[in-house]
Amino acid sequence: MSALGVVGGVLQPLLVAAGAPLLVGVTRQVRARLEGRAGPGVGQPWRDLRKLLRKEAITPRGTSEVFRLAPLVLVATTLVVAVVVPFVTTDSALDPVADLFAVVALLALGTVAVALAGLDTGTAFGGMGASREMTIIALVEPTLLVAIFALSVRVGSTNLASIVASTLHDPARVISPVSLLAAVALIVVIVAETGRLPVDNPATHLELTMVHEAMVLEYAGPDLALVELASAMRLTVFLGLLANLFLPWGIATTATALAVLGGVLAFALKVTLLGAVLAVGEVFLAKLRLFRVPELLAGSFLLALLAVAASFFLA
Amino acid sequence: MLRLWRKIRRAGRVAEPAPPPPADEQPAVAAGLGGSVQFRHLDAGSCNGCEVEIASAFGPVYDAERYGARLVASPRHADALLVTGPVTRNMAEPLRRTYEAVPAPKLVVAVGDCARDCGVFAGAYGVAGAVRDVVPVDLEITGCPPRPEAIVEAVRVLTGR
Ligand code: SF4
Repeated sequence: MSALGVVGGVLQPLLVAAGAPLLVGVTRQVRARLEGRAGPGVGQPWRDLRKLLRKEAITPRGTSEVFRLAPLVLVATTLVVAVVVPFVTTDSALDPVADLFAVVALLALGTVAVALAGLDTGTAFGGMGASREMTIIALVEPTLLVAIFALSVRVGSTNLASIVASTLHDPARVISPVSLLAAVALIVVIVAETGRLPVDNPATHLELTMVHEAMVLEYAGPDLALVELASAMRLTVFLGLLANLFLPWGIATTATALAVLGGVLAFALKVTLLGAVLAVGEVFLAKLRLFRVPELLAGSFLLALLAVAASFFLA
Repeated sequence: MLRLWRKIRRAGRVAEPAPPPPADEQPAVAAGLGGSVQFRHLDAGSCNGCEVEIASAFGPVYDAERYGARLVASPRHADALLVTGPVTRNMAEPLRRTYEAVPAPKLVVAVGDCARDCGVFAGAYGVAGAVRDVVPVDLEITGCPPRPEAIVEAVRVLTGR
């Protein structure tokens, strides 16, 4: 474990946890402005979280430990991912965990925990949300794996830190067909996995159109604060992963104060920009019918598969 | 897509400038919420006139969201209930249960003359009473239906912004 890895391992989770609600605030503010509204300001998600933490905790009658533990599992897995993935520094605090398969498995574990909690409440909407989420995740996870795998073929390692470092040394790779195909596939699955339009609408009040919201309808107070913080952090983690896999510039390669500061600023800038682009895209999109979502995701899987094929044949 | 973009450019900002903050005092319960109040709307038997006004209060022109309010999908996520209409016999129990499902500290806002004192439906055979006969009410909004400005003002009293 290098000094750079330790710096990254401490800074990254703090940055992701503190910045994630602000990122959600930015996406909401951008959307509000494009809709002609004034918007509540980027600090609103933090105000919501502060208030939720002070509210009464309610666990519905008939729910088990699964319901109580799910928010903790969701936050914990996301925090581990924030520690290990190269966001601010190219070295990872826990190098073996910064592996493609470990990171994707951790993120999937969080999703499954929430889906089980949705089932545990025994309400109609909880079960419906869980079954929809499982449909989507079953199509998202393979695409996520295959798309990043396409990038790892030329590096010869599935370690995310090595992938990022090798892109840094060989910038021409970014515009290769492999990268472009993988990038498009990854963008589609990230939109699906973080529950944004056109797959899921994060601002909906209609139970029949919900996916993620339907599973967390029964959470209240501090538990809800954890779930909301974790979903904001997952959005940040996914956008950060996208940014650093394809545009890693600015990331700190040495443990000097200046380099680390540059890494923090570059990460914040990239993720904020991607969040703003996501919000602008959402204004132009309507939600897809649920039965059309698998077609979209199958298309992105095809692109990911083409990326892998290209990485073998064009290497 | 280009058409939509041009429309967005042309419309610009449609939200009206924020009126001066309301003079009414913020209830003590709401002060602890720190500028973020989430509302669950509950129709206890209204004619839907109040709903239309609530929708426009949270629409782009009046934009109640800029003061830190938001409509949510579940009473568990809410801090305040927006109850409209006279409470009908069939809705009295659901209203009570919804109130119980909201985590404390909680508030109830009675929207419209019907919610305050049954309005034009007073004495009708299906009506169980006004909202305050079923659950404690913290704030009332007059009007049949209340203007969106009045709803926004009540929202601002609660968020304190
Ligand atoms: S107050 Fe007026 S608009 Fe509102 S529910 Fe009653 S009759 Fe309808």
